[in-house]
Amino acid sequence: MTDQPSTAAEQPLAQLDPPYLFPDYTSTLLRSPSKALVMPPAGMTELTGPVFGSGDLRETDADLTVHGSGEAIGERIIVHGRVTDSRGKPVPHTLVEVWQANAAGRYIHALDQHPAPLDPNFVGAGRCLTDAEGHYRFTTIKPGPYPWRNHHNAWRPAHIHFSLFGRAFSQRLVTQMYFPGDPLFYQDPIFNAVRDERARKRLVSAYDHGVTTPEWATGYRFDIVLDGAHATPWEG
Amino acid sequence: MTESEPYRYEVTDVTASPGPTPWQTVGPFFHDALPYEAGGEVVGPARPGAFTVSGQVLDGEGTPLPDALVELWQADEDGRFHDEPGIYRGPQADGFRGFGRCATDAEGRFRFRTVRPAGVPTAEGTPQAPHVAVSVFARGMLRRLVTRIYFPGEPANATDPLLDSLPAERRDTLVARELPDGYGFDVHIQGDLETVFLDVGH
Repeated sequence: MTDQPSTAAEQPLAQLDPPYLFPDYTSTLLRSPSKALVMPPAGMTELTGPVFGSGDLRETDADLTVHGSGEAIGERIIVHGRVTDSRGKPVPHTLVEVWQANAAGRYIHALDQHPAPLDPNFVGAGRCLTDAEGHYRFTTIKPGPYPWRNHHNAWRPAHIHFSLFGRAFSQRLVTQMYFPGDPLFYQDPIFNAVRDERARKRLVSAYDHGVTTPEWATGYRFDIVLDGAHATPWEG
Repeated sequence: MTESEPYRYEVTDVTASPGPTPWQTVGPFFHDALPYEAGGEVVGPARPGAFTVSGQVLDGEGTPLPDALVELWQADEDGRFHDEPGIYRGPQADGFRGFGRCATDAEGRFRFRTVRPAGVPTAEGTPQAPHVAVSVFARGMLRRLVTRIYFPGEPANATDPLLDSLPAERRDTLVARELPDGYGFDVHIQGDLETVFLDVGH
């Protein structure tokens, strides 16, 4: 952890990641540690992690629109990007798991009480592996915004949840991808909990006309950089 | 943000700076995407010496979290890390996966089936006591919480570099307690009983 190049030093952790306690997001009040984190010695448990192979997945796992008997409702989109580490090296063959609300802003979840329709042709969850160069690609439906009870008239900007493993336990990342120009950004304490404005913008995808497919789907690009201050020792 | 306009953050059109992608909360709606059958089986059902590791995730008032996700990662009994695919398949017979994932139930409980790993060294080669790496994710956590489970009665605990660096009253939060079917380990997110949480870099 001591010989990492400058990123961490130039930009304190507090600015890279949201704090545990962010009172505007009221659920953090009782779900954030009150004592300082302890830095463990970089051990082999943190420097390793699960490995993945094509046998873990089915090809259709990366298309959230093909699991019903008809077409999923909403704006069909392709979400793609590249997963790299903080030195710019691709992270190949790593698992990317996604989940999201449907076009109406409703999750397939027993606890989602938003009175918006479910879509029997949209599953809301997908998985894929990055390829040898770190690229991933999903086909899905653009999610809708949805209300929550954090504060009066609170709405989450449209987002897709991402879960990644990288190469090591210390590279694990769970995050959310947003869409450019969302009018709800200004009132969302989850998005704004990333206090550094330019770091926060890393959560916003870019419209990508190069991936937009004629007569089929619009494209968005969301590149992901995994950190984990413990570089894997065998990388050199 | 001002008092007259709560929840109003400035939005400008700056471009993103290069760097790691920030964390965001797992939220409450991950259950159809992340947990899976056999997720809590770090080892197969016929693994010799296998036991249960179970416990609760509790908030700052001691209320269990019914919507948390817990993941384990560990070495096997010989200190080897599993290096074959198969995350979504339950380990066969006496197999070993090293990874486990379990959502908490209505009482905040999680449950894994695993074995005691051999102690694995630090990157510098310093011996460490046997331990399991733990991640906890939940609504209301903007990032994961990371901790380690150590085992009671383990002589190597006395010289483990992490345990050794902690004040005595906090060290015990990382050591599981014995149960008839294995070990118990509760995660206290906040307060007097607060578990020691680790900074692993991001």
